Amino acid sequence: MTRNLRQALFSALLVWAVAYPILGLKLTIVGINLEVHGTSPTTLMIIAACSVLMFLRVLFDQQISAAWKASPNMPVIPAKASNFLTLPTTQRWIIIALIIGALVWPFFGSRGAVDIATLVLIYVMLGLGLNIVVGLAGLLDLGYVGFYAVGAYSYALLSHYYGLSFWICLPIAGLMAASFGFLLGFPVLRLRGDYLAIVTLGFGEIIRLFLRNLTGLTGGPNGISNIEKPTFFGLTFERKAAEGLQTFHEYFGIEYNSINKVIFLYLVALLLALFALFVINRLLRMPLGRAWEALREDEIACRALGLNPTVIKLSAFTLGACFAGFAGSFFAARQGLVTPESFTFIESATILAIVVLGGMGSQLGVVLAATVMILLPELMREFSEYRMLMFGAMMVLMMIWRPQGLLPMQRPVLQLKAEPRK
Amino acid sequence: MSREILKVTGLSMRFGGLLAVNGVALTVKEKQVVSMIGPNGAGKTTVFNCLTGFYQPTAGSILLDGEPIQGLPGHKIALKGVVRTFQNVRLFKDMTAVENLLIAQHRHLNTNFLAGLFKTPGFRKSEREAMEYAEYWLEKVNLKEFANRPAGTLAYGQQRRLEIARCMMTRPRILMLDEPAAGLNPRETEDLKALIGVLREEHNATVLLIEHDMKLVMSISDHIVVINQGTPLADGTPEQIRDNPEVIKAYLGEA
Repeated sequence: MTRNLRQALFSALLVWAVAYPILGLKLTIVGINLEVHGTSPTTLMIIAACSVLMFLRVLFDQQISAAWKASPNMPVIPAKASNFLTLPTTQRWIIIALIIGALVWPFFGSRGAVDIATLVLIYVMLGLGLNIVVGLAGLLDLGYVGFYAVGAYSYALLSHYYGLSFWICLPIAGLMAASFGFLLGFPVLRLRGDYLAIVTLGFGEIIRLFLRNLTGLTGGPNGISNIEKPTFFGLTFERKAAEGLQTFHEYFGIEYNSINKVIFLYLVALLLALFALFVINRLLRMPLGRAWEALREDEIACRALGLNPTVIKLSAFTLGACFAGFAGSFFAARQGLVTPESFTFIESATILAIVVLGGMGSQLGVVLAATVMILLPELMREFSEYRMLMFGAMMVLMMIWRPQGLLPMQRPVLQLKAEPRK
Repeated sequence: MSREILKVTGLSMRFGGLLAVNGVALTVKEKQVVSMIGPNGAGKTTVFNCLTGFYQPTAGSILLDGEPIQGLPGHKIALKGVVRTFQNVRLFKDMTAVENLLIAQHRHLNTNFLAGLFKTPGFRKSEREAMEYAEYWLEKVNLKEFANRPAGTLAYGQQRRLEIARCMMTRPRILMLDEPAAGLNPRETEDLKALIGVLREEHNATVLLIEHDMKLVMSISDHIVVINQGTPLADGTPEQIRDNPEVIKAYLGEA
């Protein structure tokens, strides 16, 4: 009992030690000096309450866990329903319903919501691409944002200097990013794990600094602005068309409304994300996809079976980077502005968090995690000061309750020829 | 009797100042089971690593069907039909048993990127054939009911069998087993012996074996090579080896 009491006291003190400096003190600028003030009594009361709760929780740890175990374990979903939900045919219907829903809702949604959804879709694309490299091939890549930047700048530069349209630049941007992925792949072929992470991290930073310092071409820290938006078969969504172009609302004889542009961008993003989902889904069931996973599991066994690890690694890097290139060029088109500051390390970390949160290798997991990761900060704008705190708390809780991710990857069940069982 | 599949002469492997393998020679003929034995640390696995391209041998020649393969990278040698298992099982643990087999089928599959993307009839056909072949081998090693279980969750003996089946999926010219009976109980060892017999009789497999289980080695080998401290000690039929005083000395020490 004394041991419990000591532990409980220590935990309560720890609550104070962590919470008081962060929440209990406020820095204010008075003139040119920085002054420290205590915060309102309410905050202090909350911290005190938390520490008391923590004290009780640790003190009665055994009783609580015993009570928890004793309570009957109610299944959240009845077995029959969960079985029905995981049937392949049901899942196909659910996916079709989701796609139709995603196609239809923006016409009824608000402008802000559609805009955020577009951002979510960009991260879905990035997450899917990184999932190839990290989730499937098991190569920890911390510089993924570099490929995203290459894609974005490819479109921005081609559009700025040569006036090429989005639809022509999209495949070019993908190819450019893919070739950078290929180039990065070569030097890192021998590296694994931590070493690979460091080198790729450096690569991402090099790309950003390069874009920043190549002022003559890329505009340096100011970036490139006034990038053209995508067109709908040559029809622009602006109020007034540039010379030789026609606007969407004039062609269809409808009133000009700026939301049309937002919806159109959303639909383009949806199209690209679905394309990525489809391609990667097929790849998973191809020998190449299986080889990626085999490489993650055991490189030596791969070699002993005649799989060339060099080709497998390079293909993972190249294809992963290609999807980042698509996402990047779309990002440039949507923003209308690219600067090196859009491609900092924190972006790489966010994308990696999406892959890990969703469950390594799981595609629906990536979609769900991207939604959570982008939507939560947007929904909780008022609490933006505590964003990092919540982010950390989420990660810790994840590691405790679902270390394998929100929707961990399901192994495909391959049907053998059905034989009558005796 | 039949043609030589593998002919190794004067194989040496030096790690800095240590001569791990010194002038090993061995010949494996078609449909033979050849065993390599020797005390722990004798360099048997090093020989395997040289033969399968995991190490680059310092000297010597390795002829596969008359074609030199020494110095080639591991995956190229595997593609030529020299496939091995490992002393400590190396399966793709998170993948299912049948997926493990399908990966080995890789070199016979239609790997065209676009064909797979659009699921062309040719691609579907080759996938179906791969599945059928995988099923065939799962049945051979008695693992059909575990087809969709992750390989890491299988019992140790089952993992050993799956690893052999995975090698056979590549239709190898020579199958190299590195201590396949290590960690198996006597019954599983019997099963393994039967399996190697089946592979030889029904699938014309040629086997090169490293093993410490003398009962197993003596009963299935056509030919035995003994290695001690990296150098070849003896070479002959099981009967010759059993009575060789040099071999007994190496194993039991000076009398």
